[in-house]
Amino acid sequence: MTQNILEMQSITKVFPGVRALDNVSLNVSRGEIHAICGENGAGKSTLMKVLSGVYPHGTYEGDIVYENEIVEFKNIRESEAKGIVIIHQELALSPHLSIAENIFLNNEIKKFGLIDWNKTGQEAQLLMARVGLKENPNTKVMDIGVGKQQLVEIAKALSKRVKLLILDEPTAALNDEDSAHLLSLLRHLKEQGISCIIISHKLNEIATIADKTTIIRDGKTIETLDMKADNVDQERIIKGMVGREMANRYPAHESNPGAEIMRVENWTAHHPDDPSRVVVDHVNINVRKGEIVGIAGIMGAGRTEFARSLFGKSWGTNISGKVFINGQEIKVNTVKEAIKNGLAYATEDRKRFGLNLIDDIKRNISMASLDTFVKRGLVDDNKEFEVASGYRESMNIKAPSVLSVVGKLSGGNQQKVVLSQWINVKPEVLILDEPTRGIDVGAKYEIYTIIQRLADEGKGVIVISSELPELLGICDRIYALAEGRITGEVSKAEATPELLMKYMTTEKDTK
Amino acid sequence: MSITTEKKTSLMDNLRTRLEGVNLRQNGIFLALIGLILFFAATTPNAASITPNNWSNLVVQNGYILVLAIGMVMVIIAGHIDLSVGSLAAFIGAVAGVLVVRPLEQDGWEWLPAFPWWAGILGAIVVGALVGVWQGFWVAYVGIPAFIVTLAGMLLFRGMALMTLQNSNIGPFPDEFRAIGNGFLDKENALGAAIGMGESFNIMALLVTAVGVIAIWIQTLSQRRGRIKYGQPVEPQTWFFVKNIVLTVMVAYVGFQLSQANGIPFTLLLLIFLIVLYTMIMNKTTFGRHIYAIGGNLHAAMLSGINVRRVNFWLFVNMGALAALSGVLIAARMNSAVPKAGDGFELDAISSVFIGGAAVQGGVGTVTGSMIGGLIQGVLANGMNLNSVGIDAQMTVKGLVLLLAVAFDVWSKNRK
Repeated sequence: MTQNILEMQSITKVFPGVRALDNVSLNVSRGEIHAICGENGAGKSTLMKVLSGVYPHGTYEGDIVYENEIVEFKNIRESEAKGIVIIHQELALSPHLSIAENIFLNNEIKKFGLIDWNKTGQEAQLLMARVGLKENPNTKVMDIGVGKQQLVEIAKALSKRVKLLILDEPTAALNDEDSAHLLSLLRHLKEQGISCIIISHKLNEIATIADKTTIIRDGKTIETLDMKADNVDQERIIKGMVGREMANRYPAHESNPGAEIMRVENWTAHHPDDPSRVVVDHVNINVRKGEIVGIAGIMGAGRTEFARSLFGKSWGTNISGKVFINGQEIKVNTVKEAIKNGLAYATEDRKRFGLNLIDDIKRNISMASLDTFVKRGLVDDNKEFEVASGYRESMNIKAPSVLSVVGKLSGGNQQKVVLSQWINVKPEVLILDEPTRGIDVGAKYEIYTIIQRLADEGKGVIVISSELPELLGICDRIYALAEGRITGEVSKAEATPELLMKYMTTEKDTK
Repeated sequence: MSITTEKKTSLMDNLRTRLEGVNLRQNGIFLALIGLILFFAATTPNAASITPNNWSNLVVQNGYILVLAIGMVMVIIAGHIDLSVGSLAAFIGAVAGVLVVRPLEQDGWEWLPAFPWWAGILGAIVVGALVGVWQGFWVAYVGIPAFIVTLAGMLLFRGMALMTLQNSNIGPFPDEFRAIGNGFLDKENALGAAIGMGESFNIMALLVTAVGVIAIWIQTLSQRRGRIKYGQPVEPQTWFFVKNIVLTVMVAYVGFQLSQANGIPFTLLLLIFLIVLYTMIMNKTTFGRHIYAIGGNLHAAMLSGINVRRVNFWLFVNMGALAALSGVLIAARMNSAVPKAGDGFELDAISSVFIGGAAVQGGVGTVTGSMIGGLIQGVLANGMNLNSVGIDAQMTVKGLVLLLAVAFDVWSKNRK
């Protein structure tokens, strides 16, 4: 006999080449709020996908015991039927439908096969009252704020008779007031006997709301902390998240930074959909020749937004600030201009933003520097082949030839193609956004070597990463970014994961 | 026993390595075209499908669709579509009629200056390009999907064609104008007569064919040599020669046939020029390469510094100019500008492109493939006509061919 509503026992989930979850266990008691903490990529989301049936039974090892019986979900529908509902960070609402319609989407109240709109409205009102949402149920979801949309999601979960509610980063996009309301709602639901798993980076929130916290790192359960115990505070959680061991995953390197190569002053950018929202807030950074500079920040801190707004204003509106390369102010109004003035940006999402997956390696490498291959008005494809083959050699891209289609390469090799593409524009400063995301350990090591080689050649390199060990392993200096602002700058000598995590979770002073 | 199995695998490997670098899809539809020609040669009464005059007809009857397909494949590679080209061709035919014919042939228009035929053609193409500017503006700079812009254009330009023609036809055109759609190089065989040959052979046609064959060999050989020099993988040598010899035989055969009809049609010369020009643009210029990049991954193209708006804009300007040229060909062939000209031609052009191997999602497609796709449709229609197949069955077959060609693409892609 057990008090646990959920026991995930020794869950192991393997993707080709990656062990995403390795013997992970998670126990959630009835009526408790259980937080899961870990760095990006630690395996939190994978674990939740196993639980909710996104990865069906049979694709993972281990058992899920839910309400004292072993369950084998084949899809989300089956897990929802048992009362397990997951609310993702990107809300799954249909913006053009009303609140009531969204609450009962795919769960419609019917009479004689037709939707009973009167009952739908009535039920919606009741559910909305339970989550404290004061709106007309016929209001379109797109017309209410993100905070209220989050409440619609919870109402939708309640309509499915939820017993175990899973929230993935529920407050990441919310303002303080909405966050506070949401957290008090969770406490309220707990009193009604609904258990809750919450994934969050906001450690102060976890400290206030969670009963227990399980820490996951590199696909393994590290520990489960009882938040009621005296010695558990944010520092304690951070310690568990970042771990202590740092083996030889990073090639040894001695940087020799020279003169300042790039300086960014008061860089500010607003959200393109909501221009009142400041996403990048007066950022000042500088990079020296031959220096590897890291930018650390939790998801949503504005790292990618900063980089892309800087790179030809390819993200955001109302962008202001100054950029200097070698002491000269440069304009970066278009991507082309940014490239011409010595900037390069390798995206965090190579499949969506970086590569033409249906084309070959050669043409991907030349994509951003095609003009340099033009001879008498025509692209010289022999020269293109020669240059691309050179990169295949020097970057160790594993493919039979540069005519191989990029979409068929492994993640690590695709990333090398992206890097080749940007190295070939001969930039002064390379901004590498999550350069090792989704690639295996061996390829990571190779990428680090390439980054260090670029620095040795006198380029300035900015590495944006959500993996702290990575930044600590390869950067000479690290900036911490939180809520669009630089909250700290630490040199390699003084950098510790704890210190960086503290800066990264520094929140804006509330007046 | 082990020896035999070893031999077997090495034979398979051998074959596989031999076929490496051979573009199966492109060569596949080429073979389908040849198969279709052979099929109709065997089934049509008196082998009517391969008589000299029928070869000549095949070219001039499909020329205007093929011109449209060249512009269309570019638009489709970039991930757009153009539904307006048939209407635009009608409108441009009307414009050409107004410029060249109206003051001469229609009462009450004497005050209008009549342009010489060449200025009329030039003017018509400029108007086509301006229409392209209009559509390109909406697609590239306002951001309205091309489907909507060109659907509107389809109605708009048909209406403008009707307005321009005032519900009647304009014609006939001067002979020089008609020649583009209907004329032949050295039709009277003047060259042959000069050296004492009669009407039996058109010497000019044979000469042009010979030059064409030589050009094919020089071009492919020099390209191959250049690639080998730079260590690029090339098609296996046997395959290269087999392919070129087959191509040579086909070109020589068609050229020989045409020499026994009226000679080389101007339309064919124009088409060959456009095919060579646009193949070069698509493969060898930054503009062409940017089109592939945009169709392959729009976001990646933007983040590579490609000016996506400008490329899209010029794509539609180019499509407008080519649709105008097609309109001129239609008017010249019919010897009059009529309101119904080019009706449904946009669909034929789009089918050609997809049969020719372009992908609906964009990023994939070739000019030559689209030409083969267009010829497959043309040969099908022509052969069925000669076999007295009714229009009902013809449409059914055309529809199925399009569906099966694309289904084959999807299927072969999924198998990989």
